[in-house]
Amino acid sequence: MLPDSLRHAGWTRATFFTGLGIAFAYALSLGARAGLGYDPVLDGEAVLQVALIAAPLFFLVGLGCFDYWFYWASGRPARPEDHSGHGATSWKSYFYPNTDHKVIGIQYVVTSFFFLLVGGLMAMLMRAELAQPGRQFVDPGTFNGLFSVHASILIFLFIIPVFAGLANYVLPLMIGAPDMAFPRLNALSFWLLPVAGVLMMASFFAPGGSFASGWTAYAPLSNSAPIGQVFFTIGVQFAGASSIATALNFLVTIITMRAPGMSFFRMPLLVWANFSTSLLVVIATPFIAASQFFVLLDRALGFNFFNAAGGGDVLMYQHVFWFYSHPAVYIMMLPGFGIISEILAVKSRKPIFGYRMMAFSLLAIVVLGFTVWAHHMFVSGMQSWIRVPMMITTAIIAVPTGIKIFSWLATMWRGVLKLDTPMLFALGFLTMFTLGGISGVMLAMIPLTIHVSDTYFIVAHIHYVLFGGSLFTIYAGVYYWFPKMTGRMFDERLGKLHFWSTFVFFNATFAPMHLIGVDGMPRRVADYAEKYAGWNLAISLASFALGLSTLIFVYNMVVSWRGGPRAVSNPWRALTLEWQVTSPPPVFNFDRIPTVVGGPYEYGIPGAVHGILHDGAEVAPTPAGTAAQPSKE
Amino acid sequence: MGGETRKPRREAILLTAAIGLVLSAVGILIGLWIDWFPAQGSTQADDIDTLWDVLVICSVPIFVGVTAVVLFCAREFRQKPGEEHLDGPPIHGNTKLEVVWTAIPALMLVTLCGYAAVVLSNIEEAPASGQENRVAVTGEQFTWTFEYTGADGTKFSTNQLYVEQGKSVRFDVRSKDVIHDFWVPEWRMKIDAVPGITTNYRVTPTKTGIYPVVCAELCGLGHAFMRQSAHVLPPEKYAAWMQRMTERQTAGAAPAADGAGGQTASADGKAVFTQGVGATGATACGACHALADAGTSGATGPNLDEALAGQDAAAIKASIVDPNAKITDGFGEGIMPANYAETLTPAELDALVRYIADATKK
Repeated sequence: MLPDSLRHAGWTRATFFTGLGIAFAYALSLGARAGLGYDPVLDGEAVLQVALIAAPLFFLVGLGCFDYWFYWASGRPARPEDHSGHGATSWKSYFYPNTDHKVIGIQYVVTSFFFLLVGGLMAMLMRAELAQPGRQFVDPGTFNGLFSVHASILIFLFIIPVFAGLANYVLPLMIGAPDMAFPRLNALSFWLLPVAGVLMMASFFAPGGSFASGWTAYAPLSNSAPIGQVFFTIGVQFAGASSIATALNFLVTIITMRAPGMSFFRMPLLVWANFSTSLLVVIATPFIAASQFFVLLDRALGFNFFNAAGGGDVLMYQHVFWFYSHPAVYIMMLPGFGIISEILAVKSRKPIFGYRMMAFSLLAIVVLGFTVWAHHMFVSGMQSWIRVPMMITTAIIAVPTGIKIFSWLATMWRGVLKLDTPMLFALGFLTMFTLGGISGVMLAMIPLTIHVSDTYFIVAHIHYVLFGGSLFTIYAGVYYWFPKMTGRMFDERLGKLHFWSTFVFFNATFAPMHLIGVDGMPRRVADYAEKYAGWNLAISLASFALGLSTLIFVYNMVVSWRGGPRAVSNPWRALTLEWQVTSPPPVFNFDRIPTVVGGPYEYGIPGAVHGILHDGAEVAPTPAGTAAQPSKE
Repeated sequence: MGGETRKPRREAILLTAAIGLVLSAVGILIGLWIDWFPAQGSTQADDIDTLWDVLVICSVPIFVGVTAVVLFCAREFRQKPGEEHLDGPPIHGNTKLEVVWTAIPALMLVTLCGYAAVVLSNIEEAPASGQENRVAVTGEQFTWTFEYTGADGTKFSTNQLYVEQGKSVRFDVRSKDVIHDFWVPEWRMKIDAVPGITTNYRVTPTKTGIYPVVCAELCGLGHAFMRQSAHVLPPEKYAAWMQRMTERQTAGAAPAADGAGGQTASADGKAVFTQGVGATGATACGACHALADAGTSGATGPNLDEALAGQDAAAIKASIVDPNAKITDGFGEGIMPANYAETLTPAELDALVRYIADATKK
């Protein structure tokens, strides 16, 4: 009989199962090679490739992510009302699969911020190397590994999942649902992430070095790279599976679990944004999975998808890859658009201007997002006729984005603006994202792209969009919902300090990159010509300050979570449903499902009501003079 | 509620609009004044730089406008003490306004696209008259090889690019291994070198001089160091260079010569090691290899003091001519250019081998 710790889900069993997974990989490889008559019987690379797939799955089984489904599959009676493993009882609960969307939301957010710090640290190492021309700290192989892992981690393990985490926490509350539609799938989605992250970081320990082909992992470079590449190829599958599962969960939750009365046009825009994002994820993510499976088959089994000598098509990789990865840019933007809409309406005390247009523009971006992938390939040597149509669609996608910017500006017009930390980050986002959008339109223009593609101009553009865009919205969202998630208030002064230092050093870091890019400095180089030395030193110094500014945020979050003043249920006097329950909310969100009777942003409208709670209380804009203010302890 | 107090002051709007206009103008002037691009080295560069100026003129007012509204709102509508419970006026939308800010940007963008399409067809157009030079470009980890055809049909190749001023040249770009990207920033044009297909572009160089050839597409370990030079020669010098290179090829091992007229028959091994050979573009060994005697410290390849210690001249020569035959532990195959037998004359090669053999014996 097995010892108890191995029969019950948990970390002991997970560790044991991981070992079992590795043993399984050995056995499978040995058996297959012996059976096929290969000699020597043992091949390290073959074992590693199988183990990279098997060990994580065994780990997840050991941790108990599949327990309920195995129970059900074995034909035992189903337990429809089983809520064991729902809700956190202590900080230890966060280290086990949990079916509570709020616990999962926090797991997501904290884990992805851990990866933000790791990815940021890699950026610091790169900037240290780039501070001067020539070689100082790392060799070219390590440098290539650093920027590849930096980008992959920040894209696949920070931006995409942190949005999923924030939405996981607040979205069911916003639509008046007790949980997500598939709580166990939700738990599995989260646990796939640390697995992907560990795989990507572990690649640094692979023989031959980490994967170093950039986050785009263009074939055939990725086909011929050392074994570290497979850590990316397989890591992306886990991150992608997580993302698809979450998106499905969101779609079903939003479509089927809205509180009575919450029509689509009474949904807060954050819900709209996640609805659109989930559509993108479900349609697009399988493409990156495919591209990486093709690479895996090329590498492991000698297929010739991308091997020109064997009849493969090198450009096909880029078409399939960008068919995911361009929409992925919107996967990294749309949830942020939702966050900004929430914050601007509440902090301006005004309804969102042009609510329906805001919703439709999200859907327009979803549709157009699939028609622009080839603008990444203007100099790739693909067929030339497609370039001009792609230029037009790429430029036109700025129209729905512009509609959103103008609507936000109109929302603020004549409002009563509360310029606290979430609002400052929202305003910072508005300006910085506009700049990133403008350079995006410039990049749509083929003749310009021919010159600046693969230069620091692109590096500047992508960071204005993903740092000045996505990360600013993430900060805004984290500050905004911090009281709801933790039941505590953050330190406003540190928050403002964090905003201003981030804003200033962000610009000092990335703005000069436009200059050196247009002047001809290629991206992804460990070394560069003398003439770029001055700007690179300035950029490196600014980037270190930018890195340090993150520590203010981390300090503020940790200290405020432990001992900040208690938050009241609705410190911002917001209308949406998540603010009508206690901070943090009860385990099943609402004692009884509320009924929605009006729009989510009816500030300044006398008699407007958004919803009716179970006790008959109306969710209406707080009348003047009676608002609850955050209490000080 | 509070609609009255939230009316923006008329003079404040006018003032902001005025400041916005001035800042837009200043921004445009700065944008046009900044020397963004490297020198204009081709007829294509002119068109592209003009497109950039147009984009700057269109972009600055949009950014300034958005920023001005944000700052105006932050200043004018900021919550003042005593306004904690005030709400803004419940404006839900304005169809006319929404149509306007959808239609105007769409029109602007389509117009810009039309202009960009015209520029694109201009920069890719073949010369209306006259013959076009052609150079076959081959990328490999981590070097470029340029192949020319002389007037008599003789083919020869170099590692430094030579082109003729004022004459359109078409590059047919190939790759031997992974994707590279052939780019001379001064010419503004670039195209990927893709295994399995031949890509191309053309430029008409306008300025003589030496410009960097850059690989813009991540191609592996030596990506950052895959840099060579493009020499733009006036027509008569180009013709003379062509002549010499053709003769050198047909004569087999004729005296080395380059465009600037530097090399001589009795090649200096140490110079080849530290500087390479300009005419054919044989890259300097010292760029990648450390060698105490030469004072180089490159680390992309093995340290020669260690790797070649105790080897005889024949072994050293074999390692230069066919670098993939024997690989030092810890380094990958296919990183060192395998074409030194083509880009060095026998005399240069022998001098180089003699020098390295001497230097590593010490």
